[in-house]
Amino acid sequence: MANFYTDNEDLKFHLGHPLMQKIVALKERNFKDAGKCEIAPRDFEDAMDNYDRVLEIVGDICGNVLAENAESVDHEGPEVIDGRVKYAAGTQQNHDILTQAGLYGMSLPREYDGLNFPMVPYVMAAELVSRGDGGFANIWGLQDCAETIHEFASEEQKRQYLPRAAKGDTYAMDLTEPDAGSDLQSVQLKATYCEKDGKWYLNGVKRFITNGDAHISLVLARSEEGTHDGRGLSMFIYDKANGGMTVRRIENKLGIKGSPTCELVFKDAPAELVGERKLGLIKYVMSLMNGARLGVGAQSVGIAEAAYREGLKYAQERRQFGKAIIEFPAVYEMLTNMEAKLQAARSVLYETSRFVDMYKAYTHIANERALNKEEREEMKKYQKLADIFTPLLKLFSSEYANEIAYDALQIHGGSGFMKDYPIERLVRDARITNIYEGTSQLQVVAAIRGVTTGQFLKQIREEYEQTSIRPEQEYVREILKGMTGAFEAAVTKVTAVGESEYVDFHARRLVEMAGYIILGYLLLIDSQRCDRFAKSAEIFVKYGQAKVAGYAAFINDFELKDLGMYKK
Amino acid sequence: MKGLKIVVLAKQVPDTRNVGKDAMKADGTVNRAALPAIFNPEDLNALEQALRLKDTIEGTTVHVLTMGPGRAAEIIREAMYRGADGGYLLSDRAFAGSDTLATSYALSCALRNLEYDLIICGRQAIDGDTAQVGPQVAEKLALPQVTYAEDIQKCDGKIVTIKRRLERGIEVVTCPMPCVVTVNGSAAPCRPRNARFVMKYKNAKGTQEAQDANEDYFALVNERPYLKLTEWSVNDIQSNPADLGLSGSPTKVKNIESVVFQAKEAKVLSGTDAELDAMMKELITNHTIG
Repeated sequence: MANFYTDNEDLKFHLGHPLMQKIVALKERNFKDAGKCEIAPRDFEDAMDNYDRVLEIVGDICGNVLAENAESVDHEGPEVIDGRVKYAAGTQQNHDILTQAGLYGMSLPREYDGLNFPMVPYVMAAELVSRGDGGFANIWGLQDCAETIHEFASEEQKRQYLPRAAKGDTYAMDLTEPDAGSDLQSVQLKATYCEKDGKWYLNGVKRFITNGDAHISLVLARSEEGTHDGRGLSMFIYDKANGGMTVRRIENKLGIKGSPTCELVFKDAPAELVGERKLGLIKYVMSLMNGARLGVGAQSVGIAEAAYREGLKYAQERRQFGKAIIEFPAVYEMLTNMEAKLQAARSVLYETSRFVDMYKAYTHIANERALNKEEREEMKKYQKLADIFTPLLKLFSSEYANEIAYDALQIHGGSGFMKDYPIERLVRDARITNIYEGTSQLQVVAAIRGVTTGQFLKQIREEYEQTSIRPEQEYVREILKGMTGAFEAAVTKVTAVGESEYVDFHARRLVEMAGYIILGYLLLIDSQRCDRFAKSAEIFVKYGQAKVAGYAAFINDFELKDLGMYKK
Repeated sequence: MKGLKIVVLAKQVPDTRNVGKDAMKADGTVNRAALPAIFNPEDLNALEQALRLKDTIEGTTVHVLTMGPGRAAEIIREAMYRGADGGYLLSDRAFAGSDTLATSYALSCALRNLEYDLIICGRQAIDGDTAQVGPQVAEKLALPQVTYAEDIQKCDGKIVTIKRRLERGIEVVTCPMPCVVTVNGSAAPCRPRNARFVMKYKNAKGTQEAQDANEDYFALVNERPYLKLTEWSVNDIQSNPADLGLSGSPTKVKNIESVVFQAKEAKVLSGTDAELDAMMKELITNHTIG
């Protein structure tokens, strides 16, 4: 009778962040639906009670169904039969039960049969699903596509495609092609407009498409003949019921085996244009990707939580040399660092979710009425923060998921290498998180703007540094201030050269320095509301301090000409 | 075919599945504080069978009837979270101390207040494990009964076709309606609580629970009458007081023993046929098995 929500107090803690009051009021438009709709919350407390109760259902299903099915799903995997995907039996059961529980369309407005939940509880559900089965989190998490449809599609399309989420229809985002991976500007799948019937038709191949055989797909396609870059691409909604698409094969992968990764062939497949032509990549994919990266952040934290628990349990139970191995410094240090990284990753996950919540709520309100000056400024502020925190989150959480899973397996010793324990699956499942939806290297490319424009520094100095801290923890802030100084000096040194390749070369180090400071502050600030985080805050900050000092030394001794040594 | 009226009999029980060492008090009675109150597991299987009929036959309603203290209204809410339309809580001091006979009598009296095409309940409750209440209700209402049901396969409104799970196989039977069906734990597990239903019904309360409620609750009930759960006392049913509660219960508990298993020694066998043979003989001789 495991419940992944109630067995982890950290979740309730993050759900109870002070900014939630504002987020919920914005999301619920000051509770205007309270009298009209029987599931609309009447006030803040009522809304929070709803989130809590619904997350308890999620935690129950994840602990008792998803986690129980994870091993068989990993062994069985999906298969292709006559051009269609058949999920593993456990995957299908997971999906059916989550549908029955009404857990699809969580963030959509109630008028489209959604629950109208903010991102924070929705992302929390994603974390829980991922802890249960990291691969299944993809199928469940692709309801993000509905969010993009909600944001950019016409009212008629919204009415047609959004309520289907709650009925159990699944989604896919069809972006990648054999020659267009990280470089989506090279997408070739062709969209042709037919004057006769006024419809668009898709022709071409998509590759590495997660849940490619979904009921509803968002397809990035070249609508402007003769173009070769991103400006010739548009976004389309494809409904599988209309035919024209088959699954040619599914990939045999290292991990997340339950999640079907498909190669799709479109032959005169009818589709509908979403929003405006030519904005497919420039505007809509960017929104889709930001949502997906937040999703991978949640997935990473969920897998990390599962891995940490496996490592901890094994270390407590395994006895060698007459005592439990957790009593050896080499083992307990690993576990304590794993816990600190896990809590830091979770903290930045929900910080980012709150930023996304704030700007998204304002974006939707702006469609209903004009925002006043103060609201516009707040929207801009949070949008900017969300834009730089999303890649930072994805970078840190996915790398930590891998490190935590790696160390958890190490704690298992030889047993960890065997299929007898779940940890080997978690290591394999974690491995994709720092690759897909933009590799870690590409997250750095997205996040470096926050470094070079001074946005991270501004957020650190003007927000985090100003938070009131208990006197006995003041020395932790002093360490963070020192780290901030070192970061600032490193940024100045790297940017002063005025050579973009030099900045690119050090970008990861600079982004990570910012990350160590930010994650350290977040844990320190969390520990003001809850003592439980005080230890992790200190451990993480000291760990980050060493990392930042190392990077600072490296950058300090590195001249432009040294680049030559590294070139291949 | 018109919709069915289904009543599910359900019981709130202490969760005896995960019994710790503090499950019994020193005096040999059940330590209810250490055991959370839950929806009797096989009653959840019964509820699922009812909800499946509701899914397939339009206009079907599912109501839960439960007997217990005021807090047993939780069972009705739990059923509503999964898709039931409502329920009735039979609650009165007059019912206290009921054994299976008095319980089935009280339930059958309450059922006379209701219209039904099917009465579905779990095979047995995990606190008493008697499996007597369902069959006794059927007898008292002079209804046919199907026990050990695993799947209600077909229902045309007059005849119901049911797969039964028996000790030595399965059996498919038909039964005229109305009838009582008791459902096995091997039947399909109950569907999860649904997020929308939880948000809709979370404030539903029985009469006793409402005594402690604040003004907000009463204002809300005015708008949403479905938040008031029906509660019946002994005065709401027609019954013979002598057949209720302790006086109506011929079962008398003579003695309860708290047996604590204490394995003093362990034997490790390597698994050869000869060893297993010797072990079986030993266990049969000392009457551990057979």
